[in-house]
Amino acid sequence: MNWALTLWRLASFAVAAGLIALWQLIANLKLVSPVFLPGPDRAWAALMRGFSNGTLLDKTIGTLEHMFYGWLVASVVGIALGAMIGSSRAMRSYVAPSLEFLRPLPVSAIIPVAIALFGLTQGMALFVIAFGAIWPMLLATVHGFGAVEPRLYEVARSLHMSRLAVIFKIALPSASPDIISGMRLSLTVSLILAVVCEILAGLDGLGHWVLLSARAFRSADLFAGVILLGVIGYVTALAMSMIEQRLLRWRTSGH
Amino acid sequence: MRSERLKAAILPMSLLIILEAWARSVDIHSDALAPPSAVVLALFQAFGDGSILAATRDTLASAFAGLVVGGAIGLFFGIALGIFQPLDRLMEVTIESLRPIPSIALLPIALIALGFGYRMEIVIVAFACVWPILILSRAAVRSIEPRLIEVSRALRLSPSDRVRKIIIPAALPRIFLAFRLAAGIALIVAVTVEIAINPIGLGAGIMIAQQALRPDLMLAYLLWIGLIGYALNAGLLAAQQHLFGPAALAGEVR
Repeated sequence: MNWALTLWRLASFAVAAGLIALWQLIANLKLVSPVFLPGPDRAWAALMRGFSNGTLLDKTIGTLEHMFYGWLVASVVGIALGAMIGSSRAMRSYVAPSLEFLRPLPVSAIIPVAIALFGLTQGMALFVIAFGAIWPMLLATVHGFGAVEPRLYEVARSLHMSRLAVIFKIALPSASPDIISGMRLSLTVSLILAVVCEILAGLDGLGHWVLLSARAFRSADLFAGVILLGVIGYVTALAMSMIEQRLLRWRTSGH
Repeated sequence: MRSERLKAAILPMSLLIILEAWARSVDIHSDALAPPSAVVLALFQAFGDGSILAATRDTLASAFAGLVVGGAIGLFFGIALGIFQPLDRLMEVTIESLRPIPSIALLPIALIALGFGYRMEIVIVAFACVWPILILSRAAVRSIEPRLIEVSRALRLSPSDRVRKIIIPAALPRIFLAFRLAAGIALIVAVTVEIAINPIGLGAGIMIAQQALRPDLMLAYLLWIGLIGYALNAGLLAAQQHLFGPAALAGEVR
């Protein structure tokens, strides 16, 4: 069985390699103008060049920083606010509907407001990314707290646990699957918003890099940047799901 | 029920009243804030001269066109990969390496290949919409009751009949759910592209209002974009419940 899986995985890589070869063929035959479509060889060369002289590494770190700080602020504030709202029935009925109303708002629409408030600065990017990334976690926390098995709250009452103890010992652990899937969603949102903010405000990062490359028609550099953004998206999602498995191991082992 | 509605309205209402009172008492001259009454006034003015309606049309047209293109591609591959397991396994690496590319990263490529305008926006929205529809329709096709497939075999339906008469109807509730999620994404991506670079639609409108130092108009656009997002979501949710009832919730739980 394991053998079959490995074989399928290898075949799958072969298909991907075949598609890259097709891309190379299209580029070599100049079916699409090389101004728009560099071959994989040129994109790879641009990637290597960028890393050997350090520019691409700097830009990658810049994007990761924007996204990570915004996401971290959103995580802390989102979970704290969510716990506050979710742990009280009154807050839930007064505040939660307003949050549900705001949820479908395309978060990028807040960017102009942030620019007016903060100017084209790092602070603007931090605010926008944090604002965008907070929703999935905030709503997941509120929802997760609301869905806690009511008998657990009764147990807490009969044990005379304080409200903080209830939050940390009962509500947070039982809401953690919701919260973590919210955090994963937020990670994607923060990568997108980081790129948009870099494009708009010219902040140091891959978003700014791909835009400059496009303006100068350096398509190989452009594709190198896009590939790197894909890698960031992939690696962060992978890391998050590994953390998720580790943190939630107790759930699967318990039953 | 009624008191719940009332409770829900208290927070936004009181915030609006406080903001209005504060803005009037200090007579603010801000580039970012405006009294709510001025925002509503600006919204009506924008409706009066038709500018916001034209922008809404541009945004919704590109979002919808992108949704249709991306949805068709995603649905085709989703159903194909759901039916033929080997094909799905062969495409796994390709799909998993393309999917994490943030749609907005394609913006510069679309910009140099297609220039400003509807086409580049539609391409980016389509790219963003392909993935949720592909993944969810693939899962929907796979979770079809195997006996239905056996029936189609026993009836000797041709492959195209099998897809049209058995697979699509059986997977339809969850495919609709995928379209609902993708419609939200389409609107978000369209507005984001417009804010970042494309000079059409609501996103461009809000950026121009900001650059013209018209906070009232900017917040009016923000309010309007929020209302559109809310109406789209609520409308599709109602349609989903009306069309499929409890069947629609089957996919929601996961």
